[in-house]
This record gives sequence, C-alpha cells and structure tokens, in this order.
Amino acid sequence: MGAFLNRTAGESRRQFLARASRFAGMTLVGGLLWGWLVQESKAQPFALHPPGAKSGQDLQSRCIKCGMCVDACPYDTLSLSRAGDDGAPGVPYFVARNTPCYMCSDVPCARACPSGALDREVEITRARMGLAVLLDQENCIAFQGLRCEVCYRVCPLMGKAISLQYSPQERTGKHAFFRPVVHSQECTGCGMCEHACILEEPAIKVLTRRMAKGRLGRHYRLGWKEKGVISPDFTPDDAAPGPELKEWGRRSGERALKELNDTEGLYD
Amino acid sequence: MSSIRRREFLKKSLAATAALTAGIPLSREAQAQFTTNVGEKEGWKWDKVVCRFCGVGCGMMMATKDGRIVSVKGDPESPVNRGLNCIKGYFNAKIMYGGDRLTQPLMRMTNGKFDKKGKFSPVSWKVALDEMERQAKKAMAEKGPSGVSMFASGQYTIDEGYAAVKFMKAGLRSNNIDPNARHCMASAVVAFYQVFGIDEPPGCYEDIEMTDTMVLWGANMAEMHPILWSRVTDRKLNGGDKVKIINLSTYANRSSEMADMEIIFKPNTDLAIINYINKYLIDNNMVDWDFVNKHTVFAAGPTNIGYGLPDDHPKEQKVTLSKTEAIAQGLDPNQTHTVDQSMRGTPLAHWKISLEDFKKGLEPYTLDFVAQLAKGDPEEDLEIFKEKLVELAKYYGEKNRKVVSFWTMGFNQHVRGSWVNQIMYATHLLTGKQATPGNGGFSLTGQPSACGTAREVGTFAHRLPSDKLVGNPAHHEITEKLWKLPSGTLNPVVGTHAVAMMRQLAAGNIKFFWCQVTNPFQDFPNVSNWIKAAREMDNFIVCSDPYPTISGKVADLILPTAMIYEKWGAYGNAERRTQHWRQQVKAPGQAKGDLWQIMEFSKRFKIKDVWKSVPVAKAPGDKLPDVLAEAVKMGYKPDDTLFEVLFAKNGRKYKWSPKDPVAKGHPNDIADDMGFFVHRALWEEYRQFGTGNGHDLADFETYHNVRGLRWPVVNGKETQWRFSEGFDPFVEPGSGFNFYGPLLKEILQGSLKGPDKTKDKVKLFTKKSPQGNILDGKAKIFFRPYMEPPEQPDKEYDLWLCTGRVLEHWHSGTMTRRVPELHRAVPTAQVFMHPDDAAKRGLKRNDLALLKSRRGEVKARVETQGRNTMPKGTVFVPWFDEHVLINKLTLDQTCPMSKETDYKKCAVQVSKA
Repeated sequence: MGAFLNRTAGESRRQFLARASRFAGMTLVGGLLWGWLVQESKAQPFALHPPGAKSGQDLQSRCIKCGMCVDACPYDTLSLSRAGDDGAPGVPYFVARNTPCYMCSDVPCARACPSGALDREVEITRARMGLAVLLDQENCIAFQGLRCEVCYRVCPLMGKAISLQYSPQERTGKHAFFRPVVHSQECTGCGMCEHACILEEPAIKVLTRRMAKGRLGRHYRLGWKEKGVISPDFTPDDAAPGPELKEWGRRSGERALKELNDTEGLYD
Repeated sequence: MSSIRRREFLKKSLAATAALTAGIPLSREAQAQFTTNVGEKEGWKWDKVVCRFCGVGCGMMMATKDGRIVSVKGDPESPVNRGLNCIKGYFNAKIMYGGDRLTQPLMRMTNGKFDKKGKFSPVSWKVALDEMERQAKKAMAEKGPSGVSMFASGQYTIDEGYAAVKFMKAGLRSNNIDPNARHCMASAVVAFYQVFGIDEPPGCYEDIEMTDTMVLWGANMAEMHPILWSRVTDRKLNGGDKVKIINLSTYANRSSEMADMEIIFKPNTDLAIINYINKYLIDNNMVDWDFVNKHTVFAAGPTNIGYGLPDDHPKEQKVTLSKTEAIAQGLDPNQTHTVDQSMRGTPLAHWKISLEDFKKGLEPYTLDFVAQLAKGDPEEDLEIFKEKLVELAKYYGEKNRKVVSFWTMGFNQHVRGSWVNQIMYATHLLTGKQATPGNGGFSLTGQPSACGTAREVGTFAHRLPSDKLVGNPAHHEITEKLWKLPSGTLNPVVGTHAVAMMRQLAAGNIKFFWCQVTNPFQDFPNVSNWIKAAREMDNFIVCSDPYPTISGKVADLILPTAMIYEKWGAYGNAERRTQHWRQQVKAPGQAKGDLWQIMEFSKRFKIKDVWKSVPVAKAPGDKLPDVLAEAVKMGYKPDDTLFEVLFAKNGRKYKWSPKDPVAKGHPNDIADDMGFFVHRALWEEYRQFGTGNGHDLADFETYHNVRGLRWPVVNGKETQWRFSEGFDPFVEPGSGFNFYGPLLKEILQGSLKGPDKTKDKVKLFTKKSPQGNILDGKAKIFFRPYMEPPEQPDKEYDLWLCTGRVLEHWHSGTMTRRVPELHRAVPTAQVFMHPDDAAKRGLKRNDLALLKSRRGEVKARVETQGRNTMPKGTVFVPWFDEHVLINKLTLDQTCPMSKETDYKKCAVQVSKA
C-alpha cells in the first residue's frame, strides 16, 4: 500500500483523500475474496501486465482483482496471478511466450478496468507492458546470418519497435546479416516477438522495462545525436554531478585536509 | 572488416569458387575447415543434401545416427548459401516428423470394397494398387489414353519426373501429365522458347555480385528467395552509391525495405511500363544498335487470343476494347472496337516485323499515357510517379550501368504472362544487357526443381526431355530411339495442361487422376468446382502424400509417401544447378517414394494392353497405331510389363549393392526393392537427351562429389553465362553471342497487323555446326501491347485480390504448418488491406472479414499493417492456409499462350463477417 498512499504530483489533498478511502474499501473486499489464493505476497518483478497498467506497488494496490480485464481480452491472453506465478497474487498478467498481447486498437482490457489499475485512456501504441530484448545473440539465428527475422515481421510496430540492421557477411563474402534491433521508445512489450521466435527457447524476451533498461549517466549526451544542443529535459540539476559526485564534492575539502595533515611515516 | 582483409577474403572465396567450377578438388587444408563436423565422434554421419523448399537451391548437410536424423546445417561448401539458410531450411528435418504422417494406404471403403461414397480405411499396398489398376484400365477402356491423367510437380525429384513422363507418355501413351509448375513458370518457358529457342535463364547467381542495378518485377525476393535476397542485400551494402535496387509491385512488400525506389503499379500495367521503357530507350538513343543488328530480329504476334477462360465464357468470343486498350494498340479511342477472339486456338503464332513496325507499336506509350494508366497507389502524386518511371528507364539505358531484372510470379501468373516476360527481354536485348556477367533478365523459379524436373525433364503435357516437344516428328524420333520404343508409340497430340485437366475432370472426360508431390485441391484457382467434380462425378482420384491434405480428403485413394530425405534424388535450381543427394533415413511404416509407386504401378500394365491401336481424338485417323508387332521385332514380348520395358531392361545394367562406393553406406530402399541401381540407371539414360545439344549433364557419380553443377556441363566444366562467348562452350570464338536455342528459329514475316503469308519464312540463323547446333542464332525482340485482365473491380466486387506466399510457409503449408515453430510464427492467413479500406467496411485490424468473389467466399482476419502495405483498392491473401481456402475465390484465367493461371488479380468484395 506504500506507493498507493503517496500523493501523486498535481493531486490536491482532497482528491488524494477521496481516492485513498475509495480504494481502501475496494481493496478490503478484494482482499477477502482473493485472500485464499495468497500464500506469499511477495511482489515478483518479472511479470508482464496488461496495457496501461500502473507500475509496481501502484498496480498491486489499485487492482481489485476483479478479473474484468481478463474477461475482456478477446485472445485469452490475461490471467490473474496465483501464488507462485509471476507477479503479485491476484494481479492480471500474461506470459508472452504462451499468448502475447495482440494490441487491440480499442484496448478492451484497459477499458474494462473499474479501479484505475489500468489506465482506461491508454493508447495501445503508448502502452509500455515491458520491453523486448534480444537477449541471446549467440543463439538468435538472424545474428548468425540465417534468414529468419520472424520477430521483426510479427511485430505490430514492424519497422518502428523492431527494425533490421543490415551488414555484410564477411565469412561468406556474398551474403548479408539481417539483425533485428529493438527500439525502446516504440516497443510496447506486447510479446509477439517472444511468442513467435522459432527457437526452442526464445532468443528475444520481453522483460519489465525496469529490468531491461540501462541508463546513461545523466550528465552525458551522445554528441552525434543531439548535435551539442541541450535537450529540453537537460536541466541544470541533471547537469550537476550525480549523487556520488555530490557527496564527494561536499567532503572533498575535509578529505584533502585529512590527507595533508597525515604525516605518518613522512619523516621516517 | 578492413578493406585489405575484405579483399583477401574475396580473393580466397573467388579461388574457392573457381576451384569448384573447374572441378578441381580443394586442397586438404581448405577442405579441413569444411569437414570437421560436430558429432563425428559420437558416430554421427554427415552427408550433403539439398533444401526441400524454394528455387534458390541451398545446400544442406544432414547428420544421421542409427537411422534417425540427428542434426542439419547449411552446407558451408555450397556456393549458393555458404552454410546459411532461411527458417524453412532451418526446419528441413522437422517437416518429416509431423504427428500425422501417413504410414499405410487409405482407401474409401464400404464392406471391404472400394466405394466412392465410403469412408477411408487402411488397406494393403496390394489392395490399393489392384484398385488403381482396375480404375485406370476402366478409364482407358472407356476414353482411351486421354481418360487418365497425372498431376505432377516441380518438387518431384528429377528421376521421379523422368519416370512419370516415361510411364505416361511411352507406357500409357497419354500426354495428360502436367506439373504444378504450370502454375509457376510456364509463362517464363514460352518466353524462353520464343525469344531464345531454348528454356531456362542464361545467367547465374553471380550476376548479383557483378551488377549495378537490380530491378524486381513482381518478385518479393525478400520473402520468397530469402538467401538470394541476402546476396542482393550484401551487394547493395558493399557496392557503393552506384548500386540500386528498384522494387516494382502492386503493393509495398518487404523487398521495398532495401529498395532505392519503389514503384507501385496497377495490376497488368507492367506491360505498359516496359513498353514505355522500350520507347524511351529508342527515343533517347540508348539502344545498342550493333548488338541489335547482329544478334536480334523484331517480332510480334496476335492479340485476340482470349484469356484462358472456359470456352463458353463471353470474353472468349468477343471483347470490346476499352478506350485505354484502343490507345495501347494504336487504334482510335473514339471508335468502338469489338474484337473476335479468333486467334485463341493459335495464340503462339508470331512473325518477324520491321524496326519501323516495332517503333510504331511503341508509339502510344508516352510518359503521360503510361503514368496515368499504371500508377497503382491512388495517394501517390502523379508527377512523382512520372519521375520514377523516367529514372527507371534511365537505369536500363545508361551506357555504363549493368542491370539485372528479376521476376517470378508477378510476371508469370499473369493473363499476358508470356508477353510480359518477352518484352522484358526486349529491354535487355535493345540495350545489349543480356547474357553477360551482371546483365540480363533473370526469371527466378519458385519450386526447388521447377527447372531440374518440370522443365528439363519435361513433365508437361507438351514436352519431352531436354526441350523436345510433343507432336514434333523429329523429337519423337529421338525420344523413341533413346527410350527404345517402336516408332509411332508416342502420342502426337498435346495433352491437357493443368487447368484443362481439371476442366476435363469436371466434364467427365478424365476418369482417373493421380497427383504426386502437390496439393491441387488447395492450389487450383476456382477450386470449389474441381473439389465438387472429384467428389461427385464418376472418377477415381489418387493422392500420393506424406500427410493428410485437402487433396487427400478429396481423393478416393491416398498413398503414403516417403519424403525427400527418405529417398535418393536430385533437384535443379533457378540457376541451372543440378544437385543430387542420397537417402538419409527410412520412411515410416509402409510409406514409399513416388518413384517406387510409379514403378510398381507400371508392373500392372502389359505392352499388349497399351501398345495396341487406341482411340485418340485429333491424332491421324483419330487413333494411335498398333506398335506391338514392331515391339516384338525389337525383342519385346507382348506379355512384358511396362516396368520391364521402360525401367528394368535398361536398369539391370546398373547393379546395386549397399557397398557401392557412391552410396557411402547410405540406404537405397527402392534399389533393394527393384533389384538394380534405379537412380543411376534413370540418370544415365536421361542425360543422353541433352548431351551435345546444350543441355549437357555430367554423369551420376560426379554429382555426388560436387556441390551441384550448372548445365551445360561440357568436359566436366559447368556454364555460368549461356549464349555468351568465353563462358558458353556452344558459342563460337569471335561471334560474341549466339542465341542458339533451336526452337522456333524459322518464322513468317509480317507487320503489327499480322503475318504476310505471301512472303517466305525467315531463318534466324545461317549456319550449323557438324553436330547440328546453330552457330549464329538470333534472339527475338517482341512488341506486345498493354491489355486489361478480363475481370476487374466494379461496383459489386470492388477490390483487387492478389494471392501469394509468406517466408515462413511453403506453398499449401502441408509441411511447414506441421512445424510448430513455423505455425506459431504465422498461424493463419490474414487479409492484408489498407486501413481506410477496412474502416470503410466497418473493419479494423484482427476483425474477421468475409471475402467474396463471383466464385466463392472465405473468412480471414484483417491485417492493416505488417509485412505488406496495401494501396487502397487492393487486398492480399496468402494461400498456405487450408482454413482460409483463398483459391475458392480466384479465377481460372490463364495466359492463353502458357496456360499458366493468373492468381494475382481478380475482383472481390470484403465485409464484416
């Protein structure tokens, strides 16, 4: 409940209290209904949730485990997790390898959500259920030069979320590589790629975005991409050294002094 | 790769290619890197095979242990694919292990007897063959040899095709054998015959590495020829700015991704675009007159040849030309032109015309006219479309630019498919960009042995091996001699082509129909008609198949059939490369190879049954002569079986032993069963047809030691570029080029209006070699006008339907849909359409749509994005999915010359299901 009880940015105190009391009631009922399923309520960070799902604790606390999204999905993609499944108990999730999200343009699952756990207004191409990662480049046959690229062709955002990178095949001297590349700014994490991967164990997998994404040092920009222009989100705060550097900065004087005053062995 | 390393590498790879080409064995060191194979210590036995699927012809390596396939890989030594594969190749082994492999013959039975209305029950091979024999003999007793038919395949191995042709044409004396390749490249063949006088592409895959420009005409190579596309892509990446790819199609496909320019045109207007290019070349002085004058003549033919529709179709009688068609034929558009389709009986007629006539024919094809007519995407700006056409024409014309044009089904499956093939060669011939490295029209094939089997062996109703033709007395003589047949055995009347075969089945004239290695009752256009004919009429349908298919369901008898690696065989790919393989494993249960089935069936006929006088309409005296007496003179006995006469007599010269060095310990089930080395016997007999006449093949053993050879193979050396001096041994030094194909080299003269019968025929050569080969043959530059297809979208049926394939599935999906991984990748055939076309019909992505044509209806899910981007007004549905039987909707229209079906255009409506 921790995250749920945090007031979100832009929310008035009154709105916050109203929301808190409404959900407290619902959660209580939900808890009674679904409690039997729950043996351990450890949040598992691997599960993929429906489009528009709030993240982490926010989802857990808002979701009333009613199953309406599960019913609304025309492809039977979704299940409510049981203890031992991926994901917090009772929360809707899907396993992309079994049944991916087919990215219905009218997003019936999110539209059916009564609790705000799923954003009813979510536009399907803006959904961020996870992020496809071509994890195993050693076994991906496209990376070996075979003509596969099934993940690319089944991608509902083909060419945007997954594109092909072409390069010559040095070994044969007359063929090319067609390497699939995922673009995180477009990938919704629908899982069509993981579902369709023709390997026995998929080389491409959808991870939660938190697991999948790295982050460039906030102070650094790729010069050839931004051509020296400071991007809109590049605030002075970002430009300042990161937490460790700040720490070091505050205490540097002390350290220097200590160092200078340390004369141990100096005169031996 | 640094430039130096790359250069070194290229040198090495060129050396390797050269070594293979010349038949020189690679050094031990060079071989070592290829022969260190995984699993050898565990007793895995690796052997070379070839991919089961498309016309590219990738080499594979297969490992077996204890009679099971344990591994496959792309053959690193194969010059085609250098160890690479596409995902169909990747699953080559898995296609044989579907859970529903047929392991025993199944026949429709009631109370222990065959019953057309009965249910399938397992029967023994003896019962199955007994019933087949009874039914075939009954059909022939009633209708003569034309009462029986075989529907053959471009996926037959070469030996299977050869045995099938020999059995049907020499044995049963029926020319009713035609392959599914009729639906695939028959139009290409007509063009090869009429333009060059000999079948198959002059060039080879090295053209890709040596050209500057690759123009795709109705060939989505990115999906349909995956490994060749990998080579095209490499050329694009390595070739610098000069290398261009242009993709011409009726919708945007995966090949557009790599293309520098995409041209979306309206169905059938490829004819107009090429005519515009040819006009542009002449108007802008881009013609290589020296080449044209020395090596070509101009030609034309009739236009009122119908559309291959049923005889009683109104469009087969009279056609009123549209205004556009009138302009395209140089007629006054303000007058009505109603044209009798009086030349539909002789569509192949053609004659020499003058250069002036050729220019006159092209006159109407101005940029304005063609751009207006051809622009296929209503949302594209006309001026931009015009600029593209000009640029395309310039690419063809530029003096120092090499150009390869690739095409497949877009050209071939076309109501004017032979024409469009021909005028594409005209472009290349006008510019002298034909049959030299990096230059030429390159007709790709779809099937793994469309070339090797269907075309080279001649499993067509009108063909005999090595470009010999039914009805040509000289060709009959050669064939009868090589086959050791009494003179007059062969039937001079061309048999039923594919579509005609189904029509004759429906008319009750064909009573016995046997299909092997193909699935006609899913593949044919307007398929409901033929399914009904097979099920409801008095006939007997035999289907040889490893799996239950729609054709199996429609059949009366299903023969369980061995698959590719369960038998010896050979395929010939799109660059004339012949590749042999050995049997790797045994077929399951009682399944037997197609060749075994043909040979066993041939044991059921005695020559006294079939070589007597039999009725054949249109033959002299409406009958074939009795040749038994002469057969007896030749040493045959009336009670000899066809097996004895056609196969065993010659075959026994080729002993089989499991210890034969060629076998390398591999099984050979049919040789064990028949008692001789069947494949070697058939091969050595077959290759006599081509020896010395430009179809030369190497001996059986050689092919088992090399990664295929491109014919003609003369003195152990293959040929990369035919007709071209320095590459082709049949071209005399000093002549530059020799289009030596012997067919149709004496033609009438005339004008665009028709032949002038008062003038003598002209010879397109002046001298012949002592062996009888042409030494200075000329190719023909055809003029053919634009014409509209017979069915176009109208108010009621308002969309174009185009059908085709996807990378993941092969043809009717009977193999690839049994590979769970491929099925999961593309589980169902969708209808690709423009999102606005969908929205207008209340449809969105993934909705179930009802597709309807005048012939049938089918339901499919809507796809508005993905691999194909449709222009408004056109939908695309692939045909691999038996649950979306799209051929219920397609129209049985054909190119009247090639008889090849046009699957690329008919009118449909789409609504919410």
